[in-house]
Amino acid sequence: MEKGKKKNIITRFLYSQKTAPYVFVLPFILSFAIFWIYPLISTVVMSFQSIKPAGTEFIGLRNYEKLLADSVFRQAVGNSFRYMIWTLLLLIPFPLLFAVLMDSNLVKAKGVWKAILYMPALTSVVISGTLFRLMFSEYSTGQMNIILQFFGLEPYKWLKNSGTAMFALLLLCCWRWTGVNMLYFLSGLKSIDRSLYESADIDGASAWQKFWFVTVPLLKPTIIYVLTISIYAGLAMFLESFMLWAGNASPKNIGLTIVGYLYRRGIEKNQLGYASAVGLVLLVIALAINIVQLILSGTFKKEEN
Amino acid sequence: MAKNKKSRIGGTKTTIFTILSTGLFAVLSFLIVFPVFAGLIASFRPGRELIRKGLSINLDISTMSLDNYIYLLSGNEDSQKYFMWFKNSLVLTVLTVVLTLLICYFVAYGLSMYDYKLKNFLFFLVIATMMVPFEILMLPLYREVINLKLIDSIWGVMLPGLCGASTIFFFRQYMIGLPKELLDAGRIDGATEYGICIKIMLPITKPAFASMAILCSMGAWNNMLWPLMVFRSAEKFTLPIGLNSLLTPYGNNYDVLIAGSMFSIIPVLVVFLCFQKYFIDGMTAGAVKG
Repeated sequence: MEKGKKKNIITRFLYSQKTAPYVFVLPFILSFAIFWIYPLISTVVMSFQSIKPAGTEFIGLRNYEKLLADSVFRQAVGNSFRYMIWTLLLLIPFPLLFAVLMDSNLVKAKGVWKAILYMPALTSVVISGTLFRLMFSEYSTGQMNIILQFFGLEPYKWLKNSGTAMFALLLLCCWRWTGVNMLYFLSGLKSIDRSLYESADIDGASAWQKFWFVTVPLLKPTIIYVLTISIYAGLAMFLESFMLWAGNASPKNIGLTIVGYLYRRGIEKNQLGYASAVGLVLLVIALAINIVQLILSGTFKKEEN
Repeated sequence: MAKNKKSRIGGTKTTIFTILSTGLFAVLSFLIVFPVFAGLIASFRPGRELIRKGLSINLDISTMSLDNYIYLLSGNEDSQKYFMWFKNSLVLTVLTVVLTLLICYFVAYGLSMYDYKLKNFLFFLVIATMMVPFEILMLPLYREVINLKLIDSIWGVMLPGLCGASTIFFFRQYMIGLPKELLDAGRIDGATEYGICIKIMLPITKPAFASMAILCSMGAWNNMLWPLMVFRSAEKFTLPIGLNSLLTPYGNNYDVLIAGSMFSIIPVLVVFLCFQKYFIDGMTAGAVKG
């Protein structure tokens, strides 16, 4: 009797309208605790530790002191920043322009171009990275050197020189993401009310004025979204470099990124404490840039109203 | 007919712009296809050439042969290894998609269909997880997976990502627009909360499932960084990890590498061409609403 009653209470509790939402979100709470909060806290803790097979000891801020003096780390930060800023300059204005064109009546066979431009996003970075590495081969028979020779220039060691290595990374990045960003902007454009353009036409606005005073302000949420993911992806870039040099080692570290350095220290050299400090610096930088960017663009203001 | 008429109103100026902008996209598309085309052509030549000469477009048909593909499909040791990776990738992708979609659907359901105190806080946590790049958590996660004895297993690869914040976000955005009266109607008919969720609401959410299934399967099929850390034995590798393991400095495996790479694009391409609409819907869902 007692047992049956108890079971009944539990079922009723589980099936009540008040408990149900918590049952639904339970997987998230578990995953959040185990695979997010726990590793996040443990990486903060590890960054104050020296972790060796013999034992773990707290060493205070020494990992961070070492980081400040680490010229390879500074080079990695420089590379990541340079890459991130270039991707913002290349992967926001141009895809936006392409999206505006694609949205107009001027382009024919839109479906074909859209499908082709999206295609690189379907290929794994192993494949695209390897194809680009071989095209940037230093031999005179590599595709990029064939192009140079066509213009009467000498073959070049693309991936052994800092400037051209960055060019290769950026070309790979543009190849992969131009179409995706264009589709982001295109879906933003689709949500803009057409009648706004008609009233702008009546007021005698030029195409440029319509773009600058109607399209850009109304596309702001999309632009901010693309900006945010580009900042993150740019700062956290690693695999592109990993594939372009077929491993994490590039000559004179010209392709080394922050995450590449984290991987080198943490996985290749097994210095988890020091690598955690690298990770936290990246996190602080990424959050800071994003918060500044969101404040400047006035995203928070909207919520106050 | 109506369309033709419209474009004629613009006159010659519009025609020139049409040619120029269509031409621009033709050039862009050419540049996009170029590396893959070069790879495809190279896959009909011995892999040694890639190491010795790099990659370039060489249309000389007389030196092309199907040898690499015959080797890849021959059933020898290399071929068996390749198709084991292919199978592993398929299994990982299917399992990831099914589990992620179900779990994220339930979580999003809990976050959109009820009103309770912690709802907004929980949703804030979902957003918060998006603000930290995975790369920062990968070392402690790696350690955790070792401690949980999940290293070198498919579960170690899958579990940390099953509650994908962006998937939850997408489902929530979709479900928030659904009529809540359906829940009350279900309750009056005597359905339980879980019955309503599965029997009434899930069928209505199908379009969202389709978009997310596509996006999620692409992610799982091409995922590289985390599986690279978790998998250790060659018989468990997925395609990206396996292909990466062929990148030895000696280049003795480049026959399999180049043909295998091209071959592995085929399933993705087929899925893309069949379900193109869902790709774009799923991908761009976050961008419009911000």
